[in-house]
Amino acid sequence: MNIEEWQIYAARIEQLAADQGLKYHPVEFEIVPENFMTEIAIYGLPVRMPHWSFGARYIYQLIQHRMGLSRLFEVVYPGNPGRAYLAKSNSIAENVLVTAHVLGHADFSANNLLFRRSQAEVGEHIVEQAAAHARRISQAIQDHGIEAVETVLDAALALEQHVDIHQGLRREKYPERMPDRAPPAVDEFSQRYALLGPDTARPRISTGPAKRTPTPPHPEQDLLWFIAQYAPDLEPWERDIFLAVREESFYFYPVFACQIMNEGWASYWHARLLREADFLPQSCYVDAIKCHSDVVRPTAGSEQVALSTNPYHLGFSIWEKIIEQQGLEQARRIMSEDDDFSFVRNHLTLELATELELFRYEGPANGTLVVQDVDLPALHEALLSPKYGFGAPTVSAAHVHLDGRLDLLHDHVADGRGLDPERSRKVLEYIVRVWRRPVTLATVDGNEHGMEITVSPSLQLESG
Amino acid sequence: MSENTSDETSTAGGAGETGWYDLFSRGARDWLRHNDKIREAVRRHLPEIIAGADVLSGGTSTVRVPVRMLEHYRFRLRSPGEQQGVGQGHARPGDRIGRPRQEDESRGQGGNEEGTIQYTLEFRIDDIVDWLWEEMKLPNLEAKTGRAKDDDWTREGWDRRGARARLDRRRSLKESIKRRGMQAESGVTSPPFTDDDLRFRQLAKREQPAMQAVVILLLDVSGSMGERERRIAKAFFFWVIQGLRRQYRDLDLVFVAHTSQAWEFQEEEFFHVSGTGGTLASAGLEKVREIIQERYNPSQYNVYLFYASDGENFPSDQIQAQAVLKELARACNYAGFLEVSVLTGEEPDSETGKLFLELADGDGQVGAFRVAGVEDIWKAVRYFFGQQAQTS
Repeated sequence: MNIEEWQIYAARIEQLAADQGLKYHPVEFEIVPENFMTEIAIYGLPVRMPHWSFGARYIYQLIQHRMGLSRLFEVVYPGNPGRAYLAKSNSIAENVLVTAHVLGHADFSANNLLFRRSQAEVGEHIVEQAAAHARRISQAIQDHGIEAVETVLDAALALEQHVDIHQGLRREKYPERMPDRAPPAVDEFSQRYALLGPDTARPRISTGPAKRTPTPPHPEQDLLWFIAQYAPDLEPWERDIFLAVREESFYFYPVFACQIMNEGWASYWHARLLREADFLPQSCYVDAIKCHSDVVRPTAGSEQVALSTNPYHLGFSIWEKIIEQQGLEQARRIMSEDDDFSFVRNHLTLELATELELFRYEGPANGTLVVQDVDLPALHEALLSPKYGFGAPTVSAAHVHLDGRLDLLHDHVADGRGLDPERSRKVLEYIVRVWRRPVTLATVDGNEHGMEITVSPSLQLESG
Repeated sequence: MSENTSDETSTAGGAGETGWYDLFSRGARDWLRHNDKIREAVRRHLPEIIAGADVLSGGTSTVRVPVRMLEHYRFRLRSPGEQQGVGQGHARPGDRIGRPRQEDESRGQGGNEEGTIQYTLEFRIDDIVDWLWEEMKLPNLEAKTGRAKDDDWTREGWDRRGARARLDRRRSLKESIKRRGMQAESGVTSPPFTDDDLRFRQLAKREQPAMQAVVILLLDVSGSMGERERRIAKAFFFWVIQGLRRQYRDLDLVFVAHTSQAWEFQEEEFFHVSGTGGTLASAGLEKVREIIQERYNPSQYNVYLFYASDGENFPSDQIQAQAVLKELARACNYAGFLEVSVLTGEEPDSETGKLFLELADGDGQVGAFRVAGVEDIWKAVRYFFGQQAQTS
């Protein structure tokens, strides 16, 4: 690709975007080799902490890539400045499209409330911050050995999705004691009541110091935070790792929770900016449009029916409809205020769903699937349910016993069924090695009967 | 796009320029770490692997082990009996659709589903043997007076002169520190090293007490030993030989096979030998006795006998066999019997097995172990070379 040519087009596209009212922090573009793109996609961040699980995913992705199943054009990071990485293999036409797409993302992340809140908490330099985490962890590997650091990362990364976005990134520890109880009222009634003699049935209200709060005072869903703060024997460097992973999770959440909106918004803008880019040579324009229709197509290749939806296509179609019917200004308001949950529920109408030929299917896990009757709320739920709770089951820390044993509780009612027992045991094994006391998880089995899984630290670890 | 953005882009994209990311791949680094973990995991399952490995067909110096990518576990809901989802395309309510082909996931989240990729790892047999034999040794090994063939150069002491290759850096540094410590007190500034600081390791020729040993492997190849039994016995011998060779430099191995007669073989032939006809345990044992008498005087050699058989012996031979075995047990540091059976359970109960058990009363010089399949081989190796090593 001719860099100079692209730079000229990029500058004009930025101009177009500004004219159209896109508001974003400056974006720094970098053209990188494809294997680096693959790494970015796998790690989620250009420089991130080392862990063997990324290696496994990396090879998996490489194999997929070689089989031609996936291709990455760009990755963009919100921030000030934003950072965009473009694949070296992109053609000039693709890069023109991708530049416009990136500006759409930049506009989204600079204005969407969820993104703005996350950047206010995590900071506007996630790429650099993640690199700093990676450096600290490399240092920890030097100081404490790969095995020890891996033990912590095994647990922390396994719980990556188990954070509580609503409580915020920086949280105070629980208060040591319950708030003071109001003193018993001294009114006429209670004075007369007292004349009746000692009240043996009622528990005596202690007037002593307020009670210690149990840990945690309420089921705690932010497991990363909870373990970092309350694990009985966690070393400071281990806590650091937990908090680093947690910070990155806070960064990832809006990306996850706004995927349909965000990709749709970027696709809408790359299409629109491209349409108005009269400065492009005809062939370049045609190639870019071709690329657009490849990215924003409902079904893969020659398939007539797909059993999944393409978030680019879905988001793109919803935004087109909103802008067509309600105007750009209203669309920008929706863009700033919604996340995927409200976006889909409010704006994926029956009319649009029919137009897009969306359908809901059900069937046995390994058998024939049956297309269901049209039911919009059910369709919404089927689209959104994989995204609840950061895409992870609802597990919370319920209680820490006096001897340090930890009880975890799975909310099977909210999730509709119990946890996979084998995997849960493995996760508990990770947790136990940092909690260093027995950990018990309560969930239900396949018949909705309560079951508990307990994992204790191995003797070897205790003696070590 | 700002000015400096353009600059950065042009350097990154310019011909001949490389970004820092070209220097190393984090994905590859973490993949190697993943493979290390796989190797560790495989190592814990070596006994099963050696059982599955077809090493006897010869020629290979590696064993290929199919492995699966490790999963980094997360809390996950149990797989539902029913599934639902949202699809797109021409489909009407009530339409039945088959299982999805692998969907195009290019733009999906990627997610944490690694899928299951199987691949094979190659392990060098040498490495496997090293791991397996880490704690194994020949039981009751004693120093025997005899030819002092183990006279050897050993390290002994240090000198100020010597060959560069034998420079002892650590010790030289100590000397340097000592000297500079002294000189610092008297206020002289001094170079980090002087010739006087250097220390060289010296070698001396020493006679080691000889640990000569001979291991006699006796294999029953009579008709009752079917293809399966022979395979188990030979696999056992294979891993024993590999291990012993690594542990002991000077070790004689003698290969004897018998039916109602007995022959001595070369190693290569031994693994391919098969025979027909009846079993006379005494014939094999007698041959072993002869070999010991002729070539391996127990006063000079540690003598070991390992006998693999299904243990079916002619009843009329029992007395004769018992007599020879008694004599052998006295001559041997250890005599072990591997009973190849179809039944599981560790107590041998065949005719020959009983003969060994009778002799195995506590002095740790005779043992018998029953295997029912290749997967028991490692238990047998541990029985003969692990347990015995600890009790002795």
